[in-house]
Amino acid sequence: MKNPKTLYDKLIDSHTVCELDDEGHVLLYVDRQVLNEYTSPQAFSGLREADRRVRRPEASLAVVDHVNSTEAQRISVQPEEGGALQVNFFEKNCKDFGIELFDILDRRQGIEHVVAPEQGFILPGMVIGAGDSHTTTYGALGAFGFGIGTSEIEHLLATQTLIYKKLKKMRVVVSGALGVGVTSKDIIMAVIRNIGASGATGYAIEFCGPTIEALSIEARMTVCNMAVEAGARGAFMAPDEKVFEYLEFKPRTPKGQLWLQAKEKWAQLYSDAEAVFDKEISLGASQIEPMVTWGTSPDQAVNINGCVPNPREETDPIKRKGMERALAYMDLAVGAPIEEIAITHAFIGSCTNARIEDLRQVAAVVRGKKINPDVRGMIVPGSSEVRVQAQLEGLADIFISAGFEWRQSGCSMCLAMNDDVLSPGDRCASSTNRNFEGRQGAGVRTHLMSPAMVAAAAINGHLCDVRTISMEND
Amino acid sequence: MEAFNVVIGKVAPMLAANIDTDVIMPKQFLKGIDRKGLDRGVFFDQRFLESGDLNPDFVLNRTAWRGAKFLAVGPNFGCGSSREHAVWGLKQLGIRALIGTTYAGIFYDNCQRNGLLAIELEEEKMSELASLLSSGPVGDVSIDLPTQKISLENNGDIKFDIDPMRKEVLLLGIDAIGSTLMHADTIDKFEHRHLKENPWLC
Repeated sequence: MKNPKTLYDKLIDSHTVCELDDEGHVLLYVDRQVLNEYTSPQAFSGLREADRRVRRPEASLAVVDHVNSTEAQRISVQPEEGGALQVNFFEKNCKDFGIELFDILDRRQGIEHVVAPEQGFILPGMVIGAGDSHTTTYGALGAFGFGIGTSEIEHLLATQTLIYKKLKKMRVVVSGALGVGVTSKDIIMAVIRNIGASGATGYAIEFCGPTIEALSIEARMTVCNMAVEAGARGAFMAPDEKVFEYLEFKPRTPKGQLWLQAKEKWAQLYSDAEAVFDKEISLGASQIEPMVTWGTSPDQAVNINGCVPNPREETDPIKRKGMERALAYMDLAVGAPIEEIAITHAFIGSCTNARIEDLRQVAAVVRGKKINPDVRGMIVPGSSEVRVQAQLEGLADIFISAGFEWRQSGCSMCLAMNDDVLSPGDRCASSTNRNFEGRQGAGVRTHLMSPAMVAAAAINGHLCDVRTISMEND
Repeated sequence: MEAFNVVIGKVAPMLAANIDTDVIMPKQFLKGIDRKGLDRGVFFDQRFLESGDLNPDFVLNRTAWRGAKFLAVGPNFGCGSSREHAVWGLKQLGIRALIGTTYAGIFYDNCQRNGLLAIELEEEKMSELASLLSSGPVGDVSIDLPTQKISLENNGDIKFDIDPMRKEVLLLGIDAIGSTLMHADTIDKFEHRHLKENPWLC
C-alpha cells in the first residue's frame, strides 16, 4: 500500500485547514466542543472584550457538572457563592452567544464526558476539544478528543480551529482474556503503571487488540478516559460494529439515509496494515489483576494482592524521592499488605467509572450486603439519565439498602470542587482517576480502583480483592 | 499577551517529578469568573501553614529564592487537570519561565498562550543544572530568548531549543486568535467543503 496511515493521521489530515510551518504546526478544524462552567468563563469574557462572536454556536454543548451539589434534592441555586457565580455566568454566556445548555435541572444534565456520548453528540471521525483533560474519553467512539485550557477554548469558540502540533503515535495492543473480576479500569491502570505518568507525554495512543475489541463501549471509555494519566494527549480506538450499535438510537445521531452514509464513511476509520507507530506496547490481559494505587500519582499502583513497595528498591533517584514523599503523605508502612489498608470512605463516581454498566457491577457486589459501619459510602451517577436508569433497574434500591448515599449527578468528589469534600486524614477507596495530594480535600488519601473493587472495600472496611466476595446472582 | 525577551532573576529548584496542577492551584481557587487573585493560590498547601502564615520551609519562601522569576522543575510538570488557573497564578506570582525536561501537554500549551516560557532541556543539561541548584543559590540568572540561552553568573551558558513559531509568538506577545483570524477565508472554505462531505455534522 502506498503511504499507509495510522488512524491518528487520518483524523488529523481530514481536519487540517492549512499547514502553518515546517515543524508540524497546523490549523486544525474542530467539529464540536463541550463546555463546562468552571473553565469557560474567562473565554467568554475574552470574546466580549475583543468584540468577537462565537463562530459556530451549534457546534457547542454546555453542561453544568463541576461545581453543582449532588444532594438528592435538586435545586437550581448553588450552595455556595463561587459555584453560584459560575453557574449564573455560564447561563448568561450560553444565552448571549446562542449555545445550548443542560443546566442543573435538565434531565440530561451530568458529567460532560458521560452526557456527550450518551446524547450522540460525539460521533466517529470527529475532532473534539473541551476544557477538561478527560476529553480523551471520546476516543472510545473513534473520535479524537483532547483537553484544552481556557485560552484555547476562547480560540476555538472564535475560530472553530486550534493551532495544533502533531503528536507522536503510540500503539497499545492488549490480547488475551481478562480474568473474572478484572475490568477495563484495571487494564488502563496496568498500562499507566507500566509506562509511567509521563510515559505517553507527547503521544496519541491507539488502543487495539482482541481484548479491547471484546470490551463494551462503556468499558472502552474508561480506558481512553484515563490514558491522559499516562500523559497521552489523545487516546482512541478504531470504531467497529459495537460503536455503531451503541450510537444508532442516541438522540443526536444522524438518522435514515444520513446514518447509512455516515456509517460507510466511518468504516474507513482504522490504521492501515503497514502504518508505522513511533512506539509499540503490548500487554497480556490474563496477567492483569485487580489494581489499586498506593501513592499520589496514578502510576504508583500495585496488584490488590501486593504490598506497599519499598522506595529503596527503586534505582531512579527522582522516582525514589517521589515514592518516599507519597508514602509519608499516604501514611503507609513499607511492606504492609495492600488488603490490610482500612478506609473511611468509598466513592463511586466520575467520568471514568459512573456509567450504567459500572453501577451494575457495583450492585452485583453489594446486593444483599451492608457496607461497613465505619465507612461512608457515596454513589454519584455519571449523568441524570444514568441515575434514572439505575432506579428503573432497581440498582438504586440495592445501593440504599446496603447503606450507600444515592446522589445526583456531577463531578463531585473526583476533584471535590463542589461541597463534596473530605477532611484531612480521611482515606477513600475511589473509582475516580486521580490520587494526587489534596485531590479529594486537603490531607485526604485516595486509592484508585475499579468500581467493583470500591464496592468490595466499602463492605469490608478495608481494601480487598473483589474476587473473594461472594456474589448473589438474580 | 506579555512578550518575553531577556529576563533576569533568581531560579528556584522544584525538582520533584509529576508536580500536578492540583498542587500548583488547589480547587478552592477555581471558583472565579475572572483571572484575579490567583497568586495567592499557587502551591497553597505547601506555601502556607494551617495558621495562614508563610511556611518558612517552602522553597519560594526561603530568603535565597524569594521573588524568584524562574522555576527549575522536574519531569512531567503540570500534569493532571487542564485548569489554566495554574498558569495564571504562576504568572501573577511573578514566574516568567520554567526550566525542565518535559511538561504535561495541556499545561505546556497553556504556558505558551500566556507568555510563560517553558524551556525544554535535554536530560543531561537539566541534571547538571539541577545538581548546581541543589548545592545552593546560584545568584541571578539571565534567560535570553532571542539567542536561546540561560546564563548563570560564573557558571557559563546553557543553550536551549525552541521551535521558531513558538519563539516568535513569545517574543512579540502575539494574540493567537488575531493571527488565526487572518486565515478566516481559508477556514470558511475548509468548513464549507468539510460539512458538505460530512453532512451529518451540520
